[in-house]
Amino acid sequence: MTEALEVVLRIVLVLGVFLVVPLLVGQTEHKAMAHMQSRLGPMYAGGFHGWAQLVADGVKFAQKEDIVPAAADRTVFKLAPAVALIPYLVVLVAIPVAPDWVGHDLDAGLFFVLAVMGVGVLGSLMAGWASANKFSLLGGLRSAAQLMAYELPFILAAASVAMAAGTLSLPGIVEAWEPWWLLWQLPGAVVFFAAGLAELQRPPFDMPVADSEIIFGAYTEYTGLRFALFLLAEYAGIVVLSALTAVLFLGGWRGPFVDAVPAIGVVWTLVKTMALAFVVIWLRVAYPRLREDQLQRLAWQGLVPLALGQLALTGVVAVVVA
Amino acid sequence: MKIPGAGLAKGLAVTMRTMTRRSVTGQYPDVKPELPPRSRGVIALLEENCTVCMLCARECPDWCIYIDSHKETIPAPPGGRERQRNVLDRFDIDFSLCMYCGICIEVCPFDALFWSPEFEYAELDIRDLTHGKERLGEWMATVPPPPAHDDSGVRPKELESAAAALAKAAAGAGSERPSRHRRDEAAATPGAPAAAVPEPAEEPAVDALDVEAVEAVEDVEMPPTGRRALGGVVWAPEEDER
Repeated sequence: MTEALEVVLRIVLVLGVFLVVPLLVGQTEHKAMAHMQSRLGPMYAGGFHGWAQLVADGVKFAQKEDIVPAAADRTVFKLAPAVALIPYLVVLVAIPVAPDWVGHDLDAGLFFVLAVMGVGVLGSLMAGWASANKFSLLGGLRSAAQLMAYELPFILAAASVAMAAGTLSLPGIVEAWEPWWLLWQLPGAVVFFAAGLAELQRPPFDMPVADSEIIFGAYTEYTGLRFALFLLAEYAGIVVLSALTAVLFLGGWRGPFVDAVPAIGVVWTLVKTMALAFVVIWLRVAYPRLREDQLQRLAWQGLVPLALGQLALTGVVAVVVA
Repeated sequence: MKIPGAGLAKGLAVTMRTMTRRSVTGQYPDVKPELPPRSRGVIALLEENCTVCMLCARECPDWCIYIDSHKETIPAPPGGRERQRNVLDRFDIDFSLCMYCGICIEVCPFDALFWSPEFEYAELDIRDLTHGKERLGEWMATVPPPPAHDDSGVRPKELESAAAALAKAAAGAGSERPSRHRRDEAAATPGAPAAAVPEPAEEPAVDALDVEAVEAVEDVEMPPTGRRALGGVVWAPEEDER
């Protein structure tokens, strides 16, 4: 009985985080991006500096008509937003936030997380194919090309940390982490973060949704709540990517006072995650979109060799230290 | 030497620096904008100064000023003859056509038209954008005083001519006569100077006017109808002669 209760409690907690933190990131994006562009951003919704803007947006999306194009593959079209969103919720279960604070401690947590994150991109592919729209299809194909190109450096960089820690368990990696890894794993961290951005199709890697070329890529035909789910998936993706980068490369919950009070680890995880999420927003504001060929060249000629080099370096150093 | 990635860092620095600075957005409906002097919001009409000369309506590039008037006969004073003057019946500006070029204001010889910074007069129907003289007159209250003259700038024509006329009057002891035309013009708009400035009834006589008086004129900050006030000073000797 208590076990079942605990499982329910954990799920509810993870779900709460899943619903709240992406909205926080979204609101931060609204305000930070506005101020980076010398604007104010939302100021009215909720009364104080537009804090309720995303709530208002959600209400608006819920009111909109749910349209399915006549030529669309209805089942796949309707399923796509869920396929895009749910993997991020599942990934969140495996991410540790403090010592012994994790939705479910998996032995091969890193494997699980990377595999499930790859599923998220399937949502874009499904949406692009099922919409029966040439812009959607182009966007879907670009998503596919991007997934192919960036999944490799993403996994290589993650493998480097796993090698260094000697475990695939996410809490295990955090336990094994030492501050000097910041320098040792720096190239890997950069590759992981950049490749993760590309998988989320966030600027500057947002070629699949380049609005000036293909409207909104795979999401062109979506309206109402389904569209909102795609947006939520993007922000949930930011949270997951930031949290994962923090756990793998920045030491997750590790920080001052954690040894005395383990619960402080939650604060450290959140701080690191939010700082990385801010960097995601920052990059979006500062950089222009990469062209399709530049995207591919960056992946194959830049990130993949860099990740392989990091892997070799990790192997050598790990052997030497051992 | 070019450091690789310097451009990327610069891009990040620009956005971060902008974020730490105050944004330029104005909170318009809550906070009124601070408009620069001589903002072109709306055209205000000082009805008393209008002589129905029609110059504004004729110069208007898109003909958005509509003027109607009738003549009124002023009963003859003892020993004089009857005079006629124009009375303004209608002075409409269609702000759906107006392009805010300001030519009507420039061309008005009697300072009857002014720029007001007031800009909140949007309407739901385009036909409601035609505003009559009552509405245009209400905007007179929002006309700001003209900015002070630049100390190092060229002195305004009006002050120069006033000073010259005063000097001439002082030298010639009021022997010269101004043209008749000018006096008729002044008579055509009887109420005009009274609206904004007191009649120059208590003006000192010609002989009393000296260089100091000219200095005093210069020091006066010009009200909207300042030019006419100066006219009163300049032509005061003529009133005495009659």
